[in-house]
Amino acid sequence: MATVSTNEFKNGLKFLMDGQPCSIVENTIVQPGKGQAFNRVKYRNLMTGRVLEKTFKSGEKVDAADVHETGLQYLYNDGEFWHFMDEVTFDQYQASAAAIGDMAKWLVEQDHCVVTLFNGDPISVTPPKQVVLEIVETDPGLKGDTADSTGKPATLSTGAVVKVPLFVQQGEKVIVNTEKGEYVSRAK
Amino acid sequence: MMTRRERLQQRSQFLQQLRAFFYARDCLEVDTPLLSQGATPDVHLRSLSSWVQVPGYAEKRRYYWQTSPEYPMKRLLCEGSGDIFYLGKVFRDGDLSPRHQIEFTLLEWYRLDFSLTQLITEVVELINHILPQTRTVEYLSYAQAFAQFCGITDIFTASAAQCRVALEQSGAPEVVGVAPEDKVLWEQLLLTEVIEPQLGNGVITVLSDFPARDAALAKIHPENPLLAQRFEVFVDAMELANGYDELADAVLYRQRFNESLQQRAAQQLAGVPLDEHLLQTLADYPLPACSGVALGADRLLMLALGAQRIDEVICFGVEQA
Repeated sequence: MATVSTNEFKNGLKFLMDGQPCSIVENTIVQPGKGQAFNRVKYRNLMTGRVLEKTFKSGEKVDAADVHETGLQYLYNDGEFWHFMDEVTFDQYQASAAAIGDMAKWLVEQDHCVVTLFNGDPISVTPPKQVVLEIVETDPGLKGDTADSTGKPATLSTGAVVKVPLFVQQGEKVIVNTEKGEYVSRAK
Repeated sequence: MMTRRERLQQRSQFLQQLRAFFYARDCLEVDTPLLSQGATPDVHLRSLSSWVQVPGYAEKRRYYWQTSPEYPMKRLLCEGSGDIFYLGKVFRDGDLSPRHQIEFTLLEWYRLDFSLTQLITEVVELINHILPQTRTVEYLSYAQAFAQFCGITDIFTASAAQCRVALEQSGAPEVVGVAPEDKVLWEQLLLTEVIEPQLGNGVITVLSDFPARDAALAKIHPENPLLAQRFEVFVDAMELANGYDELADAVLYRQRFNESLQQRAAQQLAGVPLDEHLLQTLADYPLPACSGVALGADRLLMLALGAQRIDEVICFGVEQA
């Protein structure tokens, strides 16, 4: 397996820690002048999303992680796995519930997602920034209410719940920002 | 928020203030060569080098960029220069962080017949001359710092395990790559990860009486062979200056250099040619009794301006140069 020396540490570098893929968030060299150098490293465990810290003696090596991001089309969920396809090679990938995490509520069939692959398997999925979803349930709004009211909760076809303006009704399609989980506008 | 032009003006004014401080005290400014045929053998410093075509020689010759002006300044002192200071660039390969640049500005000065205490007083005066608000001084010995911040009553006799436990209890991140019995490194980690971040908080902290193994070119304490006559100055958790009661004996210089070369070999680091000009001068004309100190000028300016990163106070960092 390829190794990476602390000399090559930089933000975004992917490496293996305890068998799990991690990505460096921040690397600071501590060079005391009269002692050995160390690297203070903040990194994100890409499986759990947790940010951790470790101090590496300079010159230490870690295993490189075969991690890369790729654009894939979301196909369907079979009840257990979420299936994605590379639109160029038609290669298919199946992602587990752990890899999907709470992104399931933003996955719309045919949408293009960014999928992080570790040893060829999806470990995390980033949906498009905006998705179009249908409102399956919301209280009917009162007449005369305007867009600047605080809004009402609406359940979307994927199970996501977002606040929508009172004038938006059940059965309508809305555009939602997936990063903030917020209503953007009605979809045409 | 200061504009770039304002920062450049602040830096210009700062350099002028530093020089004025020494000119007013009859210290001679010297600008020593940046390139030298010898390099520091210090295990913890990496010199940059260049191949130079010197007329008269068929092959290019290797010259090392100075990591500090210490060696040529000491030659000048031996030759009778009197009190001198250097304000200019030095180079240390591999040092890049919010507080480090590969090339940075160092202020280094030597005072004849100054005790370490007198030199510390002058360092504090200089820092207070530059910082917007005058700060009081806090004196702490190396051993006191470990007692106060790590609960280790005698760091000189403490075990590797005690240091490791103290580090774990401090909540410092887990350490990778250090052997459990490597006391020197666990001790160093306590210093850099636990103690230093708490030094100089609103004051100027002078840390002194370092272990003899960290003496570099400082004298050993006349009454305690475990201690080096060395101090460091911290302001707001930032190491700012490093001073010695200077070793004078030419034989000891060669001995310490050779020890460093052996350590380099043991760590599979490339050897470097020693500064034979310095060693010869020290043998011919002994170094007069003096104390000397090096101060990170860019860091002092960072503190004066409240900057968080060294590249905020210089023209261009190494990645923009």
